Amino acid sequence: MNPAVVAFVALFRRDLLLAMRRRGDMANPLIFFVMVVSIFPLALGGDPRLLAAVAPGVVWVAALLAALMSMDALFREDFADGSLEQMLLSPCPHSVLVGARVLAHWLLTGLPLVLLAPLLALLLNLPTEAMPALLLSLLLGTPVLSLVGAIGVALTVGLRRGGMLLALLMLPLYIPVLIFGAGAVEYAASGQPWTAPVLFLAAILALAVTLAPPAAAAALRVTMGE
Amino acid sequence: MFRYLHEWGSPPVFYARAGRWQRGLWALSALLMLAGLWGGLVLAPVDYEQGEVYRIIYIHVPAAWVAMFAYVVMATTGAIGLIWRLKVAEVITSAGARVGASFTLLALATGAIWGQPTWGTWWVWDARLTSVLVLLFLYLGFIALENAIEDRRSAARACAILALVGVVNIPIIHFSVYWWNTLHQGPTVARLSAPAIHISMLVPLLLMALGSMLFYAGALLSWARALMLERERSSRWAAREVNT
Repeated sequence: MNPAVVAFVALFRRDLLLAMRRRGDMANPLIFFVMVVSIFPLALGGDPRLLAAVAPGVVWVAALLAALMSMDALFREDFADGSLEQMLLSPCPHSVLVGARVLAHWLLTGLPLVLLAPLLALLLNLPTEAMPALLLSLLLGTPVLSLVGAIGVALTVGLRRGGMLLALLMLPLYIPVLIFGAGAVEYAASGQPWTAPVLFLAAILALAVTLAPPAAAAALRVTMGE
Repeated sequence: MFRYLHEWGSPPVFYARAGRWQRGLWALSALLMLAGLWGGLVLAPVDYEQGEVYRIIYIHVPAAWVAMFAYVVMATTGAIGLIWRLKVAEVITSAGARVGASFTLLALATGAIWGQPTWGTWWVWDARLTSVLVLLFLYLGFIALENAIEDRRSAARACAILALVGVVNIPIIHFSVYWWNTLHQGPTVARLSAPAIHISMLVPLLLMALGSMLFYAGALLSWARALMLERERSSRWAAREVNT
């Protein structure tokens, strides 16, 4: 088998295994997601119509923030214990390693967010017709957040207090995903066709899958001093 | 010819030459801007709809153009610095972020001042305004990352990657913001039906745009020189420059 594939599978399995051994950490982004969504009714008042109107945006913003908060874990521990350095010394293309990493990370944090989202949408009184759009847009959008976020984490991993900086760097880049994601849900909620924004999300995902891993790998090499 | 270009890559040569270029650029820019302001504020007629207020475009439009142009320049010099590891390219990238951010802020501020009497509000969530705001965020992120990294050289390389990621993203952001705006059915006051601009207004505008561009180039060199001097403070040529 191609050595790059072997490395991809090995790293992917290792990451899943590590996460399985410490399941507690996996729940944190989800709890954060639920909390952010549930403070909105407290701030805006419980009017169901108002909540239904803001629900697409609120769920998407909360998912985006939860994804952002979880990004920090992508490279931080490996950086601290030196395994990141070892990975960069391997002859395998670094973008493949980054890809395996991001895929595992998304499966462990992004996918649970997607699965939890319909429940929160019910809390906010989002019409049920919007559920497929919500699920699909999150399914296509959250991997983009992880992929693009990987570049930001790679740039800030060596820094103390990198968390705030990561948010500053990443939020402007997350804007297209937010616009198309929330747009799709809003279209669906008001009974309009919502294919176009979902297709845009798919296009952005294709672009991110191809371009983000090499960029993140280059960023990692810079941060680790080559 | 190539020899001349190569010499620019050497910090002391850059420092001396950029100083001369900067003076020339600023002198030329001052001439053009004076002519443009004279044409724009005195010779050009009053706009029949907006009155005298429209004259702020002679600052606003060039500032917005330079703000966008500066990001592309920053990404280009960032890539040059990343590939050939030229110190000169690195300091120019770093200076470019600061000058570009200033122009972006100027464009937003003058736009708000113009919007208050014309649209009756300081800010609308119009597609163009929003994308310029996002541009400012991108500049600020760049500066924040640079300030956070201790080592100058790795800061420059990390920032260059960020600038390149940004330049790939800008068209996507720009496009998505336009799409979003049509989705939300933006305030119709914000819609500028672009009337063919009269030649007596166009000429001063172009003069101001060229003047601003040259001013930007001069400011870029000036800032880059200061950064270069700071970075090379332990070298002999820098000590010589400071002591004379």
